[in-house]
Amino acid sequence: MSTTAPLQPRRATRDTTDQYLGGVAAGLARHLGLPVLWVRLFFLLSTVLGGLGVGLYAGLWVMLPSEARFTDEPPGLASATRTGRRPGRVRRMADVGPLIALFALGAGLILAAETVFGRGALFWPIALGLVGVALIWRQLDEAQRDRWLDTTGRIDPLGSLLGHGSGAAYLRLFAGGALILSGLVFYALRSGDLGPAREVLVAGVLGVLGLAIALGPWVWRMATDLTDERAERVRSQERADVAAHLHDSVLQTLALIQKNADDPATVSRLARAQERDLRSWLFTGESAGGESLGAALRAIAAQAEQDHVVAVDVVTVGDTPLTELVEPVVHAAREAVTNSAKHAGTGKVDVYAETTATLVEIFVKDRGVGFDPAAVGADRHGLRGSVVGRMARHGGTAEIRSTPGAGTEIVLRMPLDQEETP
Amino acid sequence: MTRVVIVDDHAMFRAGVRAELAGAVEVVAEAEDVPTAVAAVREHQPDVVLLDVHLPGGGGVEVMRQVGATGTRFLALSVSDAAEDVIGTIRGGARGYVTKTITGPELVAAITRVADGDAVFSPRLAGFVLDAFAGSIEIAAVDEDLDRLTEREREVMRLIARGYAYKEVARELFISIKTVETHMSSVLRKLQLSSRHELTRWASDRRLL
Repeated sequence: MSTTAPLQPRRATRDTTDQYLGGVAAGLARHLGLPVLWVRLFFLLSTVLGGLGVGLYAGLWVMLPSEARFTDEPPGLASATRTGRRPGRVRRMADVGPLIALFALGAGLILAAETVFGRGALFWPIALGLVGVALIWRQLDEAQRDRWLDTTGRIDPLGSLLGHGSGAAYLRLFAGGALILSGLVFYALRSGDLGPAREVLVAGVLGVLGLAIALGPWVWRMATDLTDERAERVRSQERADVAAHLHDSVLQTLALIQKNADDPATVSRLARAQERDLRSWLFTGESAGGESLGAALRAIAAQAEQDHVVAVDVVTVGDTPLTELVEPVVHAAREAVTNSAKHAGTGKVDVYAETTATLVEIFVKDRGVGFDPAAVGADRHGLRGSVVGRMARHGGTAEIRSTPGAGTEIVLRMPLDQEETP
Repeated sequence: MTRVVIVDDHAMFRAGVRAELAGAVEVVAEAEDVPTAVAAVREHQPDVVLLDVHLPGGGGVEVMRQVGATGTRFLALSVSDAAEDVIGTIRGGARGYVTKTITGPELVAAITRVADGDAVFSPRLAGFVLDAFAGSIEIAAVDEDLDRLTEREREVMRLIARGYAYKEVARELFISIKTVETHMSSVLRKLQLSSRHELTRWASDRRLL
């Protein structure tokens, strides 16, 4: 469901999880809300029609930052990803199909263009050189990704080129270099004289060597300094975070468990609450007590588990901000959960909330003793007043289904005004 | 007796599960990472593999991928409740997903169910499925929309998400337990094969595709 966030300019990024070259097309497609295939086709076609596409693509590749989504994951998932305990993105054969089709189309168009405009002496050398450069840039992206995933926090200059140095990395670099080189050679052959080509090549190599000798040590020192600083920062931040969290939660709970060691019910209640807390911190990144219906229900569950010997499982489908319309449902749900926790006599309550654009439905179910709804005394205000009455006052309904011996289910329904949830 | 392989990278957890399962199923092997798991499954051809989702070497999904088509069925078992992990594992081929806090008898029941070829949905998984297929109320009017949930399947998923046991679902909807199981299996199939509509969007929002 939509929430109103303060207006933030969206930045386009390169999508390094869905890429053939640099992820420019995928990133752009996401930014513009277009199908990826269209964007890819645009680049290919504009490449053929005068080479604009290559220029655009290369320009965007350099300018757009690649998306650092690894930092967003909750710590448990991030750690599992880093240590290779979760699968990476699997590329299926089906994904390659459109690309092959596009490539065939592009190649055909290139050939067609050639027959129309004639073979320029520059065309193939430039094409070869461009493919070579693209391959090397692709490898640099790959290496950048590896650096993000790297746990040691070390930067070594060779590593920043090769990444983890798999066969593919070497192959890419080698093929890229070879393509650029053969582009040059090709050009030389076309112009019919090897002499100038050799001179250009020698001059180029000498230039690169000179730069490497002049700047190499400086680059090396920079890399080392950066490495130390980054490693230190990352390590201390992570340690501080984990320490703070462990202190606030796990340590406190362990102390409480020791104090209550002779009371199994309390121990299991504490363990359960701690488990819920740690699990949500590690894996889901969802917080209790926030501004949404789901968060409010999770907070209710946590509170009920603390107050009564009971496990409350919350499952939500869809979510909505806590508007004035939703508040009464939350209060009624709290009452229903408390009622089940207190009177059902079983250790478990299931809460299920489903939110659509027009309706919020909450089901609170237990498998406890149950009761006869018709026979509840007039003095028992809990359910009648706080649940049924409250829902009715705010335009919703509450239904209590209970059979003695078979448990109770309370169903809360609140229609949502369309204008209330933009 | 159902033959089971336990795959988990925590030895203590494996020992705990083995103790809980003792007498109800036959644990033929244990494995601690992807290569040993693949080897164990190939060697023992168990009925059911209890598969941890976070596993050194690429995760449980990698095990299912390497083992490939076989008579062995996989039941995912994890501490992680993250949607990526749950749906990713199901789409990778698992017949069900339970969290590690499940009680011994419930785990045995889930294993038996998976061994019989049925699907096992925890309330949370059912919630994810509903989320993924959201907007499926206007049911398949055209053949193309086959991988949406039918109204009946949605009903079953909702009841599971509300904490109903299979038996209670059957009674609530006036259908047999066998029919409930059929609905669950077809939801599982749609989840694994689906390539269109809301599920695809939901999955790609979460980087599952």
